[in-house]
Amino acid sequence: MSLIELSAAEQSRKLAAGEISSVELVQAYLDRIEKYDGSVGAFLRYDTGRAIAAAKEIDKRRAAGETLGPLAGIPVAVKDILAERGQRTSCASKMLEEFHAPYDATVIARLKATDAVLIGRTNMDEFAMGGSTENSAFQTTQNPWNLKCSPGGSSGGAAAAVAADFAPLSIGTDTGGSIRQPAGFCGIVGFKPTYGRVSRFGLVAFASSLDQVGPLARSVEDIALLYSVIAGHDPQDSTSLDKPIEFATPIDKPLEGLKIGVVAEHFAEGLDSEVESAVREAFATYESLGAKLVEVSLPHSKYAVATYYVIAPCEASSNLARYDGVHYGYRSDQAKLAAELAAERAALEEAGERGAAEDLDTPLVRMYRKSRSEAFGPEVKRRIMLGTYALSAGYYDAYYLKALQVRRLIRQDYDKAFAEVDVIAGPVTPTPPFELGSLVDDPLAMYLVDLYTVSANLTGIPALSLPCGASKSGLPIGLQLQAKPLAEETLLRAGHMYQSATDWHTRRPPL
Amino acid sequence: MSKYTTIIGLEVHVQLATKSKLFCRCSTQFGAEPNTQTCPVCIGMPGSLPVMNEEALNLALQTAVALNCTIPPLTKWDRKQYYYPDLPKGYQISQYDMPMSEHGHLEISDSKDRFETKQIRILRAHLEEDAGKSVHDEVAGRADSVIDLNRTGTPLLEIVSEPDMRSALEARAYLDELKLLLTYIGVSDCNMQEGSLRVDANVNLHIDKGGEKIATPIVEIKNMNSFRAVERAIEYEAGRQYKVWQETGAKLGDSPKQTRGWDDAAGVTRGQRSKEESSDYRYFPDPDLVPVSFSDEQVDAAKASLGELPSTIRESLQSDHGLSAYDAEVLVNQGRTLIDYYQSAVKVAGDAKGVCNWVTQDVLRVLKESDAGIETFSITAASLGDFVAKQKSGELPTARGRDVFDAMLEKGLSAADAMHSLGIEEVDDSELESLCQSLLEANPRIVDDVKGGKQQAVGALIGQAKKQNPNADPSKVRQICLDLIAKM
Amino acid sequence: MSLTSDDVEKVALLARLMLSPDELESMTAEMQQIVGYVDQLAEVDTTGIEPMAHAVELRNVTKDDNVAPSLPRGEALANAPKHNEEGYLVPAVLGD
Repeated sequence: MSLIELSAAEQSRKLAAGEISSVELVQAYLDRIEKYDGSVGAFLRYDTGRAIAAAKEIDKRRAAGETLGPLAGIPVAVKDILAERGQRTSCASKMLEEFHAPYDATVIARLKATDAVLIGRTNMDEFAMGGSTENSAFQTTQNPWNLKCSPGGSSGGAAAAVAADFAPLSIGTDTGGSIRQPAGFCGIVGFKPTYGRVSRFGLVAFASSLDQVGPLARSVEDIALLYSVIAGHDPQDSTSLDKPIEFATPIDKPLEGLKIGVVAEHFAEGLDSEVESAVREAFATYESLGAKLVEVSLPHSKYAVATYYVIAPCEASSNLARYDGVHYGYRSDQAKLAAELAAERAALEEAGERGAAEDLDTPLVRMYRKSRSEAFGPEVKRRIMLGTYALSAGYYDAYYLKALQVRRLIRQDYDKAFAEVDVIAGPVTPTPPFELGSLVDDPLAMYLVDLYTVSANLTGIPALSLPCGASKSGLPIGLQLQAKPLAEETLLRAGHMYQSATDWHTRRPPL
Repeated sequence: MSKYTTIIGLEVHVQLATKSKLFCRCSTQFGAEPNTQTCPVCIGMPGSLPVMNEEALNLALQTAVALNCTIPPLTKWDRKQYYYPDLPKGYQISQYDMPMSEHGHLEISDSKDRFETKQIRILRAHLEEDAGKSVHDEVAGRADSVIDLNRTGTPLLEIVSEPDMRSALEARAYLDELKLLLTYIGVSDCNMQEGSLRVDANVNLHIDKGGEKIATPIVEIKNMNSFRAVERAIEYEAGRQYKVWQETGAKLGDSPKQTRGWDDAAGVTRGQRSKEESSDYRYFPDPDLVPVSFSDEQVDAAKASLGELPSTIRESLQSDHGLSAYDAEVLVNQGRTLIDYYQSAVKVAGDAKGVCNWVTQDVLRVLKESDAGIETFSITAASLGDFVAKQKSGELPTARGRDVFDAMLEKGLSAADAMHSLGIEEVDDSELESLCQSLLEANPRIVDDVKGGKQQAVGALIGQAKKQNPNADPSKVRQICLDLIAKM
Repeated sequence: MSLTSDDVEKVALLARLMLSPDELESMTAEMQQIVGYVDQLAEVDTTGIEPMAHAVELRNVTKDDNVAPSLPRGEALANAPKHNEEGYLVPAVLGD
C-alpha cells in the first residue's frame, strides 16, 4: 500500500513510530500534485521547496526526540481564504491578488502549532460565493471523478485536492454548504462544525453569522483528527464558543438505539432519483447497524434558500465594503479615471447638461466604483447588489428582518425535531455533480443546489457530508447528517460507523 | 420681545479614557506618528474580528447613569455603512435601535441669572468607534490626501440631547456642565484640541407670526472647535435662518435636513455638498459582535462609583457651607481635586467662608500664575486649614495673613513655622494692656477726642501700637484703648 | 414589487459599483428573478417572532483594557495600493 493510500491517522502513527519520514510523505503528495494538478486545478499555489523544508525540519525535530503535535509532518491543504502571515490570501479574487496577510488566522496558528505541513492554497469561488468553483478569478477546478464536471464549491479546490490524493487533509469553509457540497461531489467527507466551534479569526468574511471553518478528508476518523486540532475557544473571536471539546467516548461505538430522523420534505419534487435511492440505501444501512429511523418534519425548510439568499448577501455587502481600493487590494488606474471623468464632464457640458455634469462622481467616488467593478467578478457583484438592496431604506423590514424571523422559525423546526431524534439524515444536494458551465448563466438555479445545506448554517448546527453512493455515470453521491448544536461527537460517531460498514469512502477517482 | 425663539439640540461625541481601543488592543494615546497605532482589527484587514473593550463599556455605563439615563436590559452593536477613506471597513460599528442608554437629563443654571435653571433632556447616549483622519493637502483636488488611521477604533460615547436649549448661552451652559460632569467622573479628558470632545448642533427657529408659530428647517452645524465657536455658530445660524425665512418663507419639512460647516475665521456657516447628505446608512446588527446585557448590580455599582457630582457639590457648598452661588460655582468649576482640597481644608479650619476666600482668591491666583494644578501646590490642604483656623482664633492677626501665606507658599512651611519665622506671636493680653496704657498717656489729645465722641480718633493709636509691637492685633488694640478711655 | 434598472443603478451607486449598460441590463433581470424568488418569504407568518441575527446566541464577550503592540507602520501600509512613508494615499477627499 502506497503512503498516500493510508489515512492521515495511520500516517501519523507511522510517522510517530519512525516507519516513514515526513519528507517521504510530503514528496509523495507533491509528486501527485505535479503529475495531476495540471488537469484538476485544485491548487492556486503550492511551494514545493517550502513544504519539503518544513517536512525536513519536523523530521529533524522528531529525530531529536521532541514531542510533536498529532498532525506533525502531515500535509494539509488550505482554502485560500484564511490569513497566513507573510503569505498571499487571495480569496480567488483579483481584488486580493496581491494581498499578503500580516498575521495568522487562528486555524493557521493551530495547524502550525501541531506541526502540520501547509502544502498549498486551494482554489475556491471568489470570496466563497458560489457552488461550483467556477467563480474563481484565476482558474477552474475540475472534478477528479470526471474532469468535465464541477467539483462543487465554494471549497471545490479543497475537496478536489483530497479526492485526487494531493493531500490527506484539507481545510475548507462553509457558509451555505461550501464544505459539504463539494465533499459530496468529490466523494469525500466534509464537516461543518457547530457555529462558534472553530475560530473565524483570520477567515476572510463572506457572511459572518453563517461562516464556519471545517475539515475535509477521506474518512470520518481523519475528519475527527483534524477537527480536534482546529476547534476550540478563541478570545479573538467574539462568537467563539467557550465550551470544552471532548471525545470522551471513542467514535467507533455501536449505533444501537441511535434515532435517525428522516425528513419528509427532503424527498419532495426536484430530488434526483439516483440521489434518492443512494440516500435511502444509506438509511437501510443505518437500520442494519441498529439505528432507528423516525420520520420528522421541517416545515419551514422550503424557505431556507430564500432566507439564506437574503441574509448571506446582506452580510456580504457589508463585509466586502472594505475592499475600496484604499487600504488594501486592487485600485483602478487613477490617471485613467481622472481622464475618464474629465471627458464625461466635457461631453455633458458640451451638451448643455450642466446639472448632470454637477452630479458626476467625485474622483474619490469614481475610484471606489471603478476599483470594485474591475476587481470583483459577476457573482460577487450580484450578491453585493442583492444585499445592498435588501438593507436599503424601505426594504429592510420586508427582506432582512423578515429573513431573520424565518431563520428563527427554521431553527425552531430543528429544535423540535432534535427533541425526538439524535441525527437527521438526508441528501447533500438534489443532484449528482453537474457539468462545468451548465449553471453559470442561471444564478437562481445555482442557488437552488444549496437547498439541503443552507439550513445548518442558518441554524448554526453541525453537519457532516459523506459519500454514500455513485450515479450510473460513476459520479459520487453524498449523504448529509445533521445534529443539534455541539453534538459533534454524535455526528462523527454516526459517520464513522457508517464508514465501518461501507466502502464508498475508499473508492478513488480514475485520474 | 425677540422676533423668534432659537431651538437647539446638541450631539456631543466624547472620547472615553481607555488605554486601548474599543475593539482591539492598540493604544489610544494622542499624538503618535501617523499609522503607528493600528493593527489588523482597527484597520479592518480581511479576516480580522472585533472584541469589545470592557472598560469602554464601564465608562459608558458610568456616564449614562451620571446623566440620569435609563439602562435597557439589552443593547447591541450595529454597522453604520458609508464609504469614506478614514473608515477602513466601509462601516462604523455603532449602536442604532438599541442604544446602551436613553432618556436622561442634565440640569443647567446660571449663577448670573441670565436664564432660569432648567433640565435639558438627554435622548440617548450610545457607544461607537471613531474614524481616522484625512490629512488634506493645501491645494484641494490637486494632490492626494493622506489618511492616518491611528484614531480609528477609539471609543466614543455619543450623547444626544433633546432640542431643549433656547439660546447660545444655554447651549454653552449645557456643554460646560456636561464637560464638568465628565471630568468629575473621570470618563474623559474632554480635550477639544485633541478631539476628545466634539460638538454638532441642530438649530432651527420658532417664529411667532401673528399668533401662528412657524418652525424653520433644521440645520445641523459641524466643525465647531471650541465652546466659544458653538456659541458664535448658533448665534450666527439663528440670524441667518431668520433672514432666509424673511426672504423665502421656507418652513420645516419643505426640504431635507441641511448640514452646514462653521468657518471660525469668517464667522459664518456654509452649506455642505448635497451629495454627501443623501445617505442611506443601511444599519444592521453586527454579526461579529454579540449583544451586551447590564445587570442591576452592574448599574448599581456604576452609580456607587460616581462619587459626588458637580450639581450635588454646588448645592451642599451653598446650603451646608453657606457659600454664595457664585463662589460655589467657582470652586466646583475647578474640578474634583480642588474640591477635595477645599473640603479637607475646611475640615481643619472649621471656617468654610474663610477657606473659600483664600482658595478662590490667593490659591487660584497662584495656580493660574504658575500654570499648575492643585496636585502640585506647595501648601497642603491641612496647612491651609490650620492657617485659616489660626486667623479665625485670632492667633494670627488678619493683617499678617498675606505675609504668612506667602511664607508658607515660598518656603513650604506650616502656618506655625511661617508665623515663627516672621516673628509673629500672639501678644499676651496684659502686655497689650500696658502697651495701650502707655500710648494713652502719651497722647492725651486723642483721649480727649474720643471722650468728645470722635471714636475714630483711636485709629492713630493702632498705627503706633503696631510700630512698637508688630504682633499687636489691631482690633484688640482698638477695643482695649476704648475700654481704658471709658474708665478714665 | 418590480425592480427597475433605475433602482438597480441607484443600488449600484450605494454599493460603489459601476455597471456597464450590458451589465445593468443583465443585473436587473437577475435581481428581478432572485428577488421574485425571495418574495415567497412574505407568505410566512412571522408575527411575534424574534429576529435571529446570530447563529449562536452569546452575550457579554469582552476583552480587558490592556495595550498590545501595534503593527509596524511598514506592515500596516504594505498592502495599500498607494501610500507614502506615513499613510494611505487617496484622491483628494474634498473632490473638485
